[in-house]
Amino acid sequence: MGASEILTIALTNLISPPVLAFALGLLAVAIKSDLRLPEAFYQAISIYLLLGIGIKGGVALRNADLAELWLPLVATFLLGVIIPLLAFTISGWLTKLDRVNRGALAAHYGSTSLVTFTAALVFLESTSRFVEGYLVTLLAVLEVPGIIVGLLLAARGHSESVAWGESLREVLSGRSIVLLVGGLALGAIAGNTGFASIEPFFGGLFTGVLTLFLLELGIVAGRRLPDVKKAGVGVVIFGLGFPVLAGTLGVSAGLLSGLSVGGSALLGVLSASASYIAAPTAVRLALPEASPGIYLTASLGITFPFNLIAGIPLYIWLAGALEGALSWTS
Amino acid sequence: MDFVSKKLVTIVAESALEKRLVASLHDAGIRGYTVSTVHGAGTRGQRVGDLQGGNVKIECVVGENHLDAIFTMLSAHFFPHYACVAWVSEVGVFRDERF
Repeated sequence: MGASEILTIALTNLISPPVLAFALGLLAVAIKSDLRLPEAFYQAISIYLLLGIGIKGGVALRNADLAELWLPLVATFLLGVIIPLLAFTISGWLTKLDRVNRGALAAHYGSTSLVTFTAALVFLESTSRFVEGYLVTLLAVLEVPGIIVGLLLAARGHSESVAWGESLREVLSGRSIVLLVGGLALGAIAGNTGFASIEPFFGGLFTGVLTLFLLELGIVAGRRLPDVKKAGVGVVIFGLGFPVLAGTLGVSAGLLSGLSVGGSALLGVLSASASYIAAPTAVRLALPEASPGIYLTASLGITFPFNLIAGIPLYIWLAGALEGALSWTS
Repeated sequence: MDFVSKKLVTIVAESALEKRLVASLHDAGIRGYTVSTVHGAGTRGQRVGDLQGGNVKIECVVGENHLDAIFTMLSAHFFPHYACVAWVSEVGVFRDERF
């Protein structure tokens, strides 16, 4: 486990088509290109990705030994509570942001980014590393508690009443949760035989569609980059440093709860990633005073590119490096 | 042709607010509305909806007696914190009973 291995992983990741497409999106913004995916197409492929990843997780869940699942589930839920608390506290040390903005940050970093997760999963599979298929279940578990804890933290000492019902309804009935949980159920019911019939569409094409999606995200993230300067040094340090801390926590929790190296790396990615689809809408509705210029810039403009380019290889390397010390299964 | 004079209220706001705005407009007594997805720029450069479709434009035709309720509601709950603009114009409608 030396420096050379982490460089090899990083380089393989960097030249993978999805990451290169993301870079192309950033470049398109830099040269002021008018490139954008059509809105309806973008919406359609985001539905495809959510449902596809849900179905594959569901098939794996059916084949999984449930006794093996409960420890990682508990660990994930604990991460969902601890990470936003840490984000709230640490953003207080690094920045002069008020409670509401720090709570908004906590909600984003407590929740997860499906695309970061998917990119990491595709990368792990392409390099033939074993990953427990039920990790998607953990993604669904980690999506919601972080948002709730973040909003709770912001709501304490908040003058106006928080629109809890509306905001949580938005998260729970939003398409992320409906498609993920729905896909899990669908996959679990259909099983391997059922999946075989849709495999060409949801399996074979998956990485290609992810590549297109990342092109669009590169454009969206690129448009956020000018805001990074306005957000301040503290927010930048937080956006780069916090994922490493949360990722290390996630990798350790994964190894301690008996996940494989690949699975622990993915739990690290989940912990390190920050939401930029579900959380922003929930926070916007519940905490109107929180500034999107802070939370969306941090999650989409700083943490997302960081994880995609450097974080994913780092957490994979970390899982391998910590395996001997923390894993008790092998 | 006889047209009845009505007010057209046009609201442009970030798309995350669509459901909330429509519900509030119903509370203020409107009977119908039209929503379209739009994009543009204003004094607040910040938006959550980059990924969910930038802005929505909500239009509704109302009697003058509804304007107070609508603009009081907008001033209390939407103007202070959100990217949200609204204006009123004169329109003539043919079938008065529908508005």
